[in-house]
Amino acid sequence: MSSSPSPARAADPADADPTAEAAGLAELAARHGLAPSGKRPPFGRYLKQLWHHRHFIDTFARARASAKYSRANLGRLWEVGTPLLNAAVYYLIFGLLLQTDRGVEDFIPFLVTGVFVFTFTQQTVLSGVRAVSGNLGLIRALHFPRAALPIALALVQMRQMLVTMGVLFVIVVATGQLPQWNWFLVVPVLALQSLFNTGLSLVFARAGAKVSDLAQLMPFVLRTWMYASGVMYSIEVMAAGAPAPVRFVLDVNPAAVFIDLMRFSLIDSFTASQLPPYAWWVAAAWALAALVGGFVYFWKAEESYGRD
Amino acid sequence: MAATDQATATAQAAATAEARSDPAGVPSDLGEPTVIADGLHVVYRVRGAAGRSGGGGPAALMRALTRRKGSGGARRVHAVKGVSFVARRGEAIGVIGSNGSGKSTLLRAVAGLIPPESGQVYTNGQPSLLGVNAALMNDLPGERNVVLGCLAMGMTPAEVRERYDDIVEFSGINDKGDFISLPMRTYSSGMAARLRFAIAAARDHDVLMIDEALATGDRAFRKRSEKRIKELREKAGTVFLVSHSNKTIRDTCDRALWMERGELVMDGPASEVVDAYEADNAD
Repeated sequence: MSSSPSPARAADPADADPTAEAAGLAELAARHGLAPSGKRPPFGRYLKQLWHHRHFIDTFARARASAKYSRANLGRLWEVGTPLLNAAVYYLIFGLLLQTDRGVEDFIPFLVTGVFVFTFTQQTVLSGVRAVSGNLGLIRALHFPRAALPIALALVQMRQMLVTMGVLFVIVVATGQLPQWNWFLVVPVLALQSLFNTGLSLVFARAGAKVSDLAQLMPFVLRTWMYASGVMYSIEVMAAGAPAPVRFVLDVNPAAVFIDLMRFSLIDSFTASQLPPYAWWVAAAWALAALVGGFVYFWKAEESYGRD
Repeated sequence: MAATDQATATAQAAATAEARSDPAGVPSDLGEPTVIADGLHVVYRVRGAAGRSGGGGPAALMRALTRRKGSGGARRVHAVKGVSFVARRGEAIGVIGSNGSGKSTLLRAVAGLIPPESGQVYTNGQPSLLGVNAALMNDLPGERNVVLGCLAMGMTPAEVRERYDDIVEFSGINDKGDFISLPMRTYSSGMAARLRFAIAAARDHDVLMIDEALATGDRAFRKRSEKRIKELREKAGTVFLVSHSNKTIRDTCDRALWMERGELVMDGPASEVVDAYEADNAD
């Protein structure tokens, strides 16, 4: 390929000092208020942009929820069917076959509450891992604050959780619990867990964007977490003789805290004495730490999402 | 490219930039700068390049374990080598060059989607890149993609409602029946590209970059697109257009950049650059 004469080259700047001229372009940019492309905005402005995109977040979440079951015959009936089947399977294995109901009164509501509350966090993390890596088309086509994606996916799971809670109320009443004022405590529990989940979704969205193998790994990590969170057994009974440090870790485990708070809200026989120490404070601390940490951690890599 | 060459190219761009405003420093008929590329280099690191496939799981594990730090099995592709230019308001700039000459990479770097290896791109506002491969949400119907795309670009729900019909009409998706309510995965590539362009063109952009998106449309759509590009320019935006159609560049653009092997070969009035490009490709 031959180089052709160019009008730009005819300008003949041969006598100019190259470094001075290179600075000239940067200076020209500065004079006209041009900013380096692809730089992430300051944190405050980023949050403002996110707020501006709230309708996008909402519409994206609705679209994802309706697309999820769009190829299934029963469609959105699965939003009720999935938690029901989930509860049935866990009851079959842990209630009937393994009989982990040692020392637990009202085992069915105890187990089902545990399964549903943990599934909420589990599904949020799993969708968060793919929030960036699964939407590269959208990210590369349009500019919007990327945190909108993990937040929208967490919102999908929050709406699913509201449906799941309906199923849970039915199961709890069917197994002999009567509605009480105490039940209103599920509102703060769900709110704190939702904030916590959103934070986790942001953290794993960034991690999953960097390390694509994480999507393969996370199901195993989450299953391990579930078995350590007292979903199908009582930590209080099983870990009665555990050394203090182990007991401490089991007690501050956010999943266990949210599960126990939910049980405390719904089940008569689950009393305040069975809650881990300072359960409400621990839950609030986890929610705040995950949310703030998640936002900052995700925002720090804002300009890198969508690059290959 | 030698360092001095690169500096010279930078100097030329700066000189051109200054030559385009009148002596008083007030911009002439050309507007303010919207994009400034300053000695831009882009290097891709390609993982999973040749020689690393095959052998199945155990072999992959061995490679993962024996991989050295740093170079880590990634190959470096120097896609853009020291490009400098200044783009201004109201300009439509065609980018031409053979396949693999770095045109698309250049636009992606301007859009801030790839970090520069060295040098810098300065932009006014957020440039929007519209490529053929940019899929939206394939499982969703076209209508939901329109709404989502508009909201993602920062429109309010009221603005989306207001412009929805125009966008669908512009895209021509419904010309042959009610296709807008079908999932996007059922669209032909031409239909999908048209819809994406229609969505992106619904908003006024400071800088809009179009990567061969118009090539897929039929004649009527191309006419509408050219008209829309003119409107965008009149609203003081800058439009970049990558195309292999020299005619499109001549008709739509007033300036052209000729890229070859990652270098900016020529920058000038569209007709002159296209002439030179055609003369070079004649043999």
